[in-house]
Amino acid sequence: MAGTSIMETLFQRDLDDLIKGIRQQQIKESLFISKAIEEIRREIKSTDLPTKSAALRKLSYLSSLHGADMSFAAFHAVEVMSSPQFFYKKIGYHAVTQSFNDDTPVILLITNQLRKDLNSSNQFEVSLALECLSRIGNVDLARDLTPEVFTLLSSSKVFIKKKAIAVVLRVFEKYPDAVRVCFKRLVENLESSEPVILSAVVGVFCELCLKDPRSYLPLAPEFYKILVDSKNNWLLIKVLKIFAKLATLEPRLAKRVVEPICEFMRRTEAKSLLFECIRTVLSSLSEYESAVKLAVVKVREFLVDDDPNLKYLGLQALSIIAPKHLWAVLENKDFVIKSLSDGDYNIKLESLRLLMSMVSESNVAEISRVLINYALKSDPEFCNQILGSILSTCCRNLYEVIVDFDWYASLLGEMVRIPHCQKGEEIEHQIIDIAMRVKDVRPALVHVCRNLLIDPALLGNPFLHRILSAAAWVSGEYVEFSRNPFELMEALLQPRTNLLLPSIRAVYVQSVFKVLIFCVHSYLLHKENISSVNTDNLASEVPESVFARMSCENSDLATSEAPASSEQHDSFNPRNINQSFGDLSIENGGDATVSNSQASTSASLGRNSFTQESIVNLFNIVELALGPLSRSHDVEIQERARNVLGFTDLIKQEILNPVVQGEENLARAETEASRVVKLMCDAFSEELGPVSTSAQDRVPVPDGLLLKENLADLETICGDIQLPLSSSFSLSSTPLGEAVDISRTNLQSKDETEPSHESTSLLAEHRKRHGLYYLASEKSEVASNDYPPANDPMSQDKLNDDAEDLLKLTEQSLAPKKKPNQAKPRPVVLKLDGDEISVAAKKPELKDDLLSGVVQDVLLGNDGVPSSSRSNRSENLSGKSKGKEKLNTDLSLETKENVPGEKMPDHVNTSSRRSKHRSHGKERRQKGQGKDGEEKEDNGQKEKRKSNHHRGKHKAHQRADEPSNVVAQTPVIPDFLL
Amino acid sequence: MIKSVMVMNTQGKPRLAKFYDFQPVEKQQELIRSVFGVLCGRADNVSNFVEADSIFGPGTRLVYKHFATLYFVFVFDSSENELAMLDLIQVFVETLDKCFKNVCELDIVYNYSKLHTILDEIIFGGQVLETSSIEVIKAVEEISKLESASNAIALVSKSVSGWRSR
Repeated sequence: MAGTSIMETLFQRDLDDLIKGIRQQQIKESLFISKAIEEIRREIKSTDLPTKSAALRKLSYLSSLHGADMSFAAFHAVEVMSSPQFFYKKIGYHAVTQSFNDDTPVILLITNQLRKDLNSSNQFEVSLALECLSRIGNVDLARDLTPEVFTLLSSSKVFIKKKAIAVVLRVFEKYPDAVRVCFKRLVENLESSEPVILSAVVGVFCELCLKDPRSYLPLAPEFYKILVDSKNNWLLIKVLKIFAKLATLEPRLAKRVVEPICEFMRRTEAKSLLFECIRTVLSSLSEYESAVKLAVVKVREFLVDDDPNLKYLGLQALSIIAPKHLWAVLENKDFVIKSLSDGDYNIKLESLRLLMSMVSESNVAEISRVLINYALKSDPEFCNQILGSILSTCCRNLYEVIVDFDWYASLLGEMVRIPHCQKGEEIEHQIIDIAMRVKDVRPALVHVCRNLLIDPALLGNPFLHRILSAAAWVSGEYVEFSRNPFELMEALLQPRTNLLLPSIRAVYVQSVFKVLIFCVHSYLLHKENISSVNTDNLASEVPESVFARMSCENSDLATSEAPASSEQHDSFNPRNINQSFGDLSIENGGDATVSNSQASTSASLGRNSFTQESIVNLFNIVELALGPLSRSHDVEIQERARNVLGFTDLIKQEILNPVVQGEENLARAETEASRVVKLMCDAFSEELGPVSTSAQDRVPVPDGLLLKENLADLETICGDIQLPLSSSFSLSSTPLGEAVDISRTNLQSKDETEPSHESTSLLAEHRKRHGLYYLASEKSEVASNDYPPANDPMSQDKLNDDAEDLLKLTEQSLAPKKKPNQAKPRPVVLKLDGDEISVAAKKPELKDDLLSGVVQDVLLGNDGVPSSSRSNRSENLSGKSKGKEKLNTDLSLETKENVPGEKMPDHVNTSSRRSKHRSHGKERRQKGQGKDGEEKEDNGQKEKRKSNHHRGKHKAHQRADEPSNVVAQTPVIPDFLL
Repeated sequence: MIKSVMVMNTQGKPRLAKFYDFQPVEKQQELIRSVFGVLCGRADNVSNFVEADSIFGPGTRLVYKHFATLYFVFVFDSSENELAMLDLIQVFVETLDKCFKNVCELDIVYNYSKLHTILDEIIFGGQVLETSSIEVIKAVEEISKLESASNAIALVSKSVSGWRSR
């Protein structure tokens, strides 16, 4: 046994060999490492300490730099660290410090070893243990080792003392009750003459202050003394950081420190200190005009410096001050814009941010113009940074900086065309958002969207597909603003749309439906007018001209149309034969177009001339393009395509075959068709408003509706009607079966489209009868706030009364929130109560955590302001732990005392506070050393007073919030400072 | 508070990595990689600061300095001053230079433990405790003395293996 261990020792590879080995393995490094780890796994089990520790050392190295797992060695690390020899102990500590965390089970085993080493006479052993505690200390370690840390805080060796001070931070964080023990000694060190100690303790307070500055206000005099006396820049920076926090809480303190800080700014040579002064002034002392002016002068020096570091920090300083003193940024505007083309990405980014902070109603167009030009020139990453910041700045607080929405719509369109643009999601959202919120922008927006849709190149960029989806939706929804719906239709149906995702294509198809209905409806309206006027037929040049224009504007489509017309007849005819209500001959399709030229309209319609020919053409295009889609694998596309096709089948011959039938027939058919079209048109023209997220809450639950009850009895109702509930899944088996029943005579091509209308009417019937049951589902559809492209409410949903009622309801609930002021040039932007406006965002509430509670207890005696729940928690905790530490607090006593403590909150005199704080500190110190006795009672009284205070505090909280808090806190500052 | 100290070479190989908040090793490797990813794309004449929010979480800053083949990287939060951190890197490198007499990457590769000892004297649990390289060197030397005194056996094994590798 002994022999093998010696052999192992002799031939073991140590860390240096390992490193050499790794360096020689150029190619198969990972293989070498896994072999080395195998070796380590063997060696680490050795009973021989040198072997074991060497293995551990190698493992630590591999873990740190090559990501090897070392959790299996946790126990071995504990063994090595308990070695009496410093060399091995250090290896052990290094491994433990590096690899242990709260989840390591053996962390429980090291408490005693740490305690032993903390008490060691060798300062380097103590140092190892402190380092370990500061890195991996958890609640248990912090609690159990608090007495040792307390002792070390008064060590005579600076080397130990500074580390003991630093470790206090971790101990406090993990075990707040340690504050009661150690805080006094920590504070004492603020008066240390040793610069290293002072810097350590100020460093600790700086960290503590960042988390909860309010608790440390009472220490302001000590910090002030350091600020005035110290010559150490490092120390001054930390003190400045503390004052930056404290000064925002206590205006009188700010007044005191502003002069010394300005003095530093004037005198100091050190850039780090100067920058810290600038930052402190700009962030926390911005009310002091002269100080801010001085700071801005110094910032200017930074900006013009050759050192890119100073330039960068200068820009950062400007962005700190931008919200409060915009003039400082405007003064340096030229420099900021120049920095946009700096070689340093950081500087570019910072100047972009600054530029965005300058944006206001008057200059948003100008700045956006500059930025778009930069975006065109810059690399993709920065380009999208620019676009992102323009978008987020412009939509801030419901587009508050935008006055001219037409301009903004065109800006959005312009962004889409920037080659690197990847902001699809954001632009999509904004297009839909402004379309719904701002009525006046719709014509311009529709025009912008038309330009996007019509460009086949954009379809090739997947980043833009979502924008196209929004554009398609806007074009469909607000088609009445379109200058040329036919052109729009062709854009929506262009062949390259097969590059789109199914979900987006579904939006396209739905928009096709809307455009189609709009066109047919306009045509019918127009025809009615004509017939009423009874004008003579004119030779129709219009349809041809329309057609010609379309084809030259959209050459892409025109080419696809030529073959299309020849195919038309093939695809058409079988259907036409079998129409259930029309007995048309094959030629009818063709005849209609011919005859229409006579029957159709006067030429005076301008661009939107809906001639019979153009309508026929429209039907043809739609059928041609959507035919294949009706067999799509995507249900959304398939369903919508079939809806459209079904509609065209239903309407087409009625509109297009006036010659064959007599005049009466014609009139009847026309009215039939126009009735359907009108219905659909009404459905689509119903305004889709943005809906507040809280809209549903405002709908009162009708009497007798039990929302929580099982809906099992619904089946019986369904049985009656033999219809499924769901209106949106026309593909589910029931409606199909139903459909076959109803229209058995029809051929397949008809089958699947026809029943949707049948079932729609049945469904509507059903809704009328059992409207109650539809509320929930209907509601959720309407109430969804953000627009989901694939689910915009179907036409049939709106046909029935319930849905309309609901819509009205939501409209009514929205109405009062519209901006009443119409006189303004800026268009109305619809606001909802669900919209969060960042300005109104609540300030973060006073952070109360355990630590600050205890610190306040210690610093202020009874004047702590913990919330009652928190203090209970801390009391419980302390009760538990004090048992261990012999710091007695009788839990039962506390709770008993809490009850009668309701009477007369006692207000401690401000001036006596300081002395109180001292004396309490002393008490605690005695406690820390384990002296009990009359402390028990003292504690009880303290608790009582504290609880009184809670109540007072609590009431104040209810009456007012932020400001009163500050008022309540002001006496905390000792008088001498003021 | 300092979150992390890294030394890596210009090929992205880490030479020292210390995280003052515990990170699992996989995460450590990922962080090292992403830091290198940021640094290697930066020219020499640009600023030494990088916003590290996306790598280390909100509010973190990164300061680095490029010496010969090595990047020295300090990651810290809002309680440290950027320029002071830059000075601290200088202190660290100066200390290394004094300890190793004209430090080069190889010194750092082969003196892994000593590197940690030096760094631990400057930064303790994320807080800067010593900024004077003289004091640091004094402590490090004493620690080395103590180590070698208790390390007779280790020395033997080292020399044997050194002989074996020749």
